[in-house]
Amino acid sequence: MPFDFYVNVALQGILTGLVYGLMALGLSVIFGVIRLVNFAHGEFAVVAMYLAFVFFAWAGIDPMISMLPIAAGFFGLGYLLQRHAIDPFVGRPEHEQFILLVGLAIVMVNGLLMIFGPDLRHANLSYAFDSYEIGTLLIDKVRVYAAAASLVVSALLFAFFRFARTGMAIRACADNLTGAAVVGLDVKHLYALTFGIGMACVGAAGALMVVLADATPMLAPAFTLLAFTIVIVGGMGSMAGALVAGIVIGMSEAFASFLLAPSMKSMFSFGLLIAVLLFRPQGLLGKRK
Amino acid sequence: MIKTTKLGRRAILAGAAAGSALLAAPGIVRAQSPVIRVGMLLPRSGFFAQAGQSCHRGALAAPRVLSDLGYRVELVHIDTESNADIARTQAERAINDGVHCLVGSFDSGHTLAIAQVAEQRQVPLVINIAAAPPITEQGYKFLVRNFQTGPQLVTNGLRLIGETITATKIAPKTAVFLHANDTFGQAQRSAMDALFPRANLPFTLAESIAYDPRAQDLSVEVTRLRALRPDLVLVVTRASDAVKLVRDMVRQRFEPMGIVSPGSPGMYDEEFYQALGPLADFHISNLPWVNPRSAMTKALEAAFLAANPGTRFAADAFNAGFTFEAILIAADAFKRAGTTNGPQLMAAIKATDIAEHVMIGGPIKFDEKGQNPNIGSAAVQNRNRTPTVVLPADSSAAAPVLPMPGWQGRA
Repeated sequence: MPFDFYVNVALQGILTGLVYGLMALGLSVIFGVIRLVNFAHGEFAVVAMYLAFVFFAWAGIDPMISMLPIAAGFFGLGYLLQRHAIDPFVGRPEHEQFILLVGLAIVMVNGLLMIFGPDLRHANLSYAFDSYEIGTLLIDKVRVYAAAASLVVSALLFAFFRFARTGMAIRACADNLTGAAVVGLDVKHLYALTFGIGMACVGAAGALMVVLADATPMLAPAFTLLAFTIVIVGGMGSMAGALVAGIVIGMSEAFASFLLAPSMKSMFSFGLLIAVLLFRPQGLLGKRK
Repeated sequence: MIKTTKLGRRAILAGAAAGSALLAAPGIVRAQSPVIRVGMLLPRSGFFAQAGQSCHRGALAAPRVLSDLGYRVELVHIDTESNADIARTQAERAINDGVHCLVGSFDSGHTLAIAQVAEQRQVPLVINIAAAPPITEQGYKFLVRNFQTGPQLVTNGLRLIGETITATKIAPKTAVFLHANDTFGQAQRSAMDALFPRANLPFTLAESIAYDPRAQDLSVEVTRLRALRPDLVLVVTRASDAVKLVRDMVRQRFEPMGIVSPGSPGMYDEEFYQALGPLADFHISNLPWVNPRSAMTKALEAAFLAANPGTRFAADAFNAGFTFEAILIAADAFKRAGTTNGPQLMAAIKATDIAEHVMIGGPIKFDEKGQNPNIGSAAVQNRNRTPTVVLPADSSAAAPVLPMPGWQGRA
């Protein structure tokens, strides 16, 4: 088989993996700081997909643009959720957190079913069928745009945590909660900000996903599972790990489809998950405790 | 003072008789009902929702047509949520709630789950759509299938591919068979493996590729297709994956002579037309279809449009037609049997002989396994976003067009 087909498959895997990575980044940020596992993560991503669809269908706004107000709205929603609904559960047994978030997930999926029904919703963008031709390579335009937007959002997030005072304060909370409280940081406010940032990530990723996949409420559990797989492979709480694992999973699925059988691709991502849990339980870029 | 009561032999016998009468009451009521209550088990939400809703729209139109024909039927609409376990539970609940007959359920896996319940409870199951051969091979006595089996679909589908090649004078050399990796897709794959070598078609099958119908895109699958460069792509799809397949073919500028389904949903669904617009045209589905010349089809179309304003009968014809016929079979059997007693109703269903009906083919009859062997197939090509019969010639509305025009000129 000509070599350019392999390059094409690798590129498809990388580009899709970047969007996966952004989605998992939100989960990783929340877990890394608050130590709370957001079991409604995929559901929030699908809500963002529907919002992007609504923006496009009613106002003709491209998801690449609508992802900004959606991410902002999700940030506010995340902040409020953390302050008023989730905060009382922080520090409580994990099964109580699990029930709260799974309940939230069920409400969201059924709400979407009631509002939009089960049918797939497409954002028929004018460039949805376009592709770039570079030599013998063909790369989907939507995939390139979505991956580029993922990279920009991720870079902004990395810069925020590295250089902004609030970002550094959040990292302090993640590293040493008691110490952060002793020096006078408003931990509850910072936790809410963190949850908001995680939600903004998933909002942006959901809006970008609508250019790659059709929105349906049934996607949500698959997204949650995918985000968990990526976060565990990358290392729980590691932001860079989430992006790297997104790309690794995207590429492994693409090559499994291409070289073996498309129906086996999920098996490979879960195989990777099992291998990581067995041989490097802290994840690819996670820190050993 | 403690009062004691002795339970005598007569009291026990009377109690047992009363208890038996109470337990038998639903059966007695069922047997004496003036109207047949049919439980419509369809996947109206979840993965198969699009098809389930399409079948449901056919069911909504049925009572009016059947009433005009002198049948008395009451439908109970039940959602199986595209889940075999829920399908089984809902079948149990429907029977407990007093339905006399079950109709369903689009997916072979769900149908097998319902069949077990129908068999245990001795309530007839009339299958509207489900193609997996084992359904009628496992000796179930309380089901009939008014739909082609996978091998029948593929046999007729391959025959029609040959006829299409002859009619369009194309000369394909290779084809790739791409199928959804689910119960239906696997059944079609087995049928294809067995039947393609005997079909004497003028091209070779380069490869068969199974894909996950729930995948978010099929870009890698299409890259693999591009590498194989087949002249024809034979597909067994569901609705959403058919959209993804064509979308990725356009993005990767892969243009085969034609995309042909030897018997599967997907390419004639409204969702396909809505998502792809002009790119939905010229794909061919070889499958059973409504007979546009039948008076009952015309009556169904009128009732369908009245019951489902804003929808197109053409895009729902396949699902609506078979769902209507399943209800017709139940209603007709009830009329002849005069009872809703399960075994007697089932005997009447097995003796069905309906000459005038909706789908192309001979009279609705069932063999000893409960399979209707008289269902015909047509080649249905998408033209101006409408499924149009192009073969057989005696019931066609247009001539088939292959090779299909390139993607670029259409958008």
